[in-house]
Amino acid sequence: MLKTIFSRVTQTIVVVFLLVTFVFFAVRAIPGNPFASEKALAPEEQAALERQYGLDKPISIQYFNYWKNILTEGDFGYSLAMKGRKVSTIISESFPVSLKLGVLSLILGMGLGIPLGILAALFHNRWQDYAAMVIAMAGICIVAFVLGPIFQLSIARPLSVLNVAGWSRPADIILPSITLCFGVAAYLARLTRGGMLDVLSQDYIRTARAKGVPTLQIITKHALRPALMPAVTFLGPAFAGIITGSFVVENIFLVPGMGKHFVLGITSNDYNLVLGLVLFYGILMGIANLLSDLALIFMDPKLRNS
Amino acid sequence: MAMTSLTQNIKGKTLATEKGTSLWADAYIRLKKNKLAMLGGIVVILILILCFIIAPILAASGMNANEQDLTNRFTGVGEKGVLGTDQLGRDLFMRVLEGGQISLLVAIMATCMTVTIGVIYGGIAGYVGGTLGNTMMRIVDGLLAMPFLIIVILFREIITPYIDTLAKFLIDDWGWNDNTVLRFANLIPLTIAIAGFGWLSMGRIVRSAAASLSKQEFVEAARSLGISHRRILFRHILPNMLGPVIIYATLTIPSFILYEATLSYIGLGIEPPNSSWGKLIQEGANYLETNLTVLAVPAVMFSLTLFAFNFLGDGLRDALDPKASKD
Repeated sequence: MLKTIFSRVTQTIVVVFLLVTFVFFAVRAIPGNPFASEKALAPEEQAALERQYGLDKPISIQYFNYWKNILTEGDFGYSLAMKGRKVSTIISESFPVSLKLGVLSLILGMGLGIPLGILAALFHNRWQDYAAMVIAMAGICIVAFVLGPIFQLSIARPLSVLNVAGWSRPADIILPSITLCFGVAAYLARLTRGGMLDVLSQDYIRTARAKGVPTLQIITKHALRPALMPAVTFLGPAFAGIITGSFVVENIFLVPGMGKHFVLGITSNDYNLVLGLVLFYGILMGIANLLSDLALIFMDPKLRNS
Repeated sequence: MAMTSLTQNIKGKTLATEKGTSLWADAYIRLKKNKLAMLGGIVVILILILCFIIAPILAASGMNANEQDLTNRFTGVGEKGVLGTDQLGRDLFMRVLEGGQISLLVAIMATCMTVTIGVIYGGIAGYVGGTLGNTMMRIVDGLLAMPFLIIVILFREIITPYIDTLAKFLIDDWGWNDNTVLRFANLIPLTIAIAGFGWLSMGRIVRSAAASLSKQEFVEAARSLGISHRRILFRHILPNMLGPVIIYATLTIPSFILYEATLSYIGLGIEPPNSSWGKLIQEGANYLETNLTVLAVPAVMFSLTLFAFNFLGDGLRDALDPKASKD
């Protein structure tokens, strides 16, 4: 287990380093400059701003300084477009929102997708299987920006309890998380079905059947744990993806999450913000992958002992 | 299939030798039995005909997707045009078809690039193997760890000015039609950005196929006969990889349609006067409560297309690669 943690941590460090390096230079290759959005600046004002944020130095020095600030002080720097705001403040304000939304939709997705996948596998090649797989396909094909407006119109409008959009009441989390959960549920259903079919054809399941173990018990005691392994592998990256990449849903329901900062950061040449978010994403991805690694070890005795 | 007919023959005491079916004929028989996949295939063909044959014919006969008519906004179905008009009095039916042209064009062009890059890169990595092959795959793994849409947005922003310069050059110095060039130039950065990071999974699939093929006896035999690497790659390895490549390409098209729509939806994809399904859905969502058709028509077309391509791709996988058909 220590070996898994160690290798995952090293891998995360390498990935984060490459990611930040790549994005550091890529984001500076975007035409335009971070201060261009304001009314025509005098050249000296522009130069003063660049000096203030250290953008007048050679790019290699800037790169070196970026790492130095992060590693020695944990400082992500200031946002260039939102004057006077620290990148760490922006992340710490928007991350809890995204985390709440992401966790809830992941739980909903698991509650919906895993039973659907099990059902499909148990009734392999019968109408229940086809129905479940068509539903799963719908979850993939009817995407958030189609589903969101449908929910706004059909649920939020008639039921005055829910707001169409916004983030002022606790209930406001319901519609965006339902919208987000279907995609997750769809992939989970397909993965669970595949895993379950794999397991159900194993010899030990046949043995269990032969000695008269009831079907329900075969599933819960023998089949479920190994069958869920592909789904658990998927959950790690899905978690990181859903937290950072839900800008479409955030946009539809006006959720003040992290996604919009990614997009705004790139379009307004806010180098520090984009880099900070990407760095944060990389670490989050590493943690999520580590958690799913550990869950796999917990689930599979073979992995535990090796 | 071959098995059952063989047993039937034995039961019927037919002595005639069974004619072997090729991989492709066999796959076609399996595909034909899969009703959802066949339906998906038919819908794909219909949508392609509608967008790339019927729409240009209608456009040539005078139906214009961009002509505004502010006195006839939001007319209902059948009043003006086939499906009514949108918020600026434009023919909704024509707009959805022309939007579909752009969506499909971007996805298909990007998929072609993906196949080209993926086959060359994965083929080399798999056939050569060793340290070079491993290093090449580590690079792919590293790129796959990046947040896809964010990187695509970044990449698109970077290459847009270069494409604009190129378009200007084509118009000014080569005298190309500026309207066509500019409209096309708007699609290119997005297409390149999607393909530039979308080929990674294809590269992986091709690599594993090439690696397992290059260890097989017939390749060994070709090698011992002294056939050049290039000939082995093109005559023996590539044709045998066609199955997985076709399957994956079919499944790549809908995911690229989705990426294009997502980017256009948040305003970082297709720009006016071009429009695509993502853009139309985004515009339509503004009139959700008063005029649902403006949202519903592109949304239905878009979802239907994704369904059709995905069912076709899944069916092709079941047909061409029965071993992998469990998930």
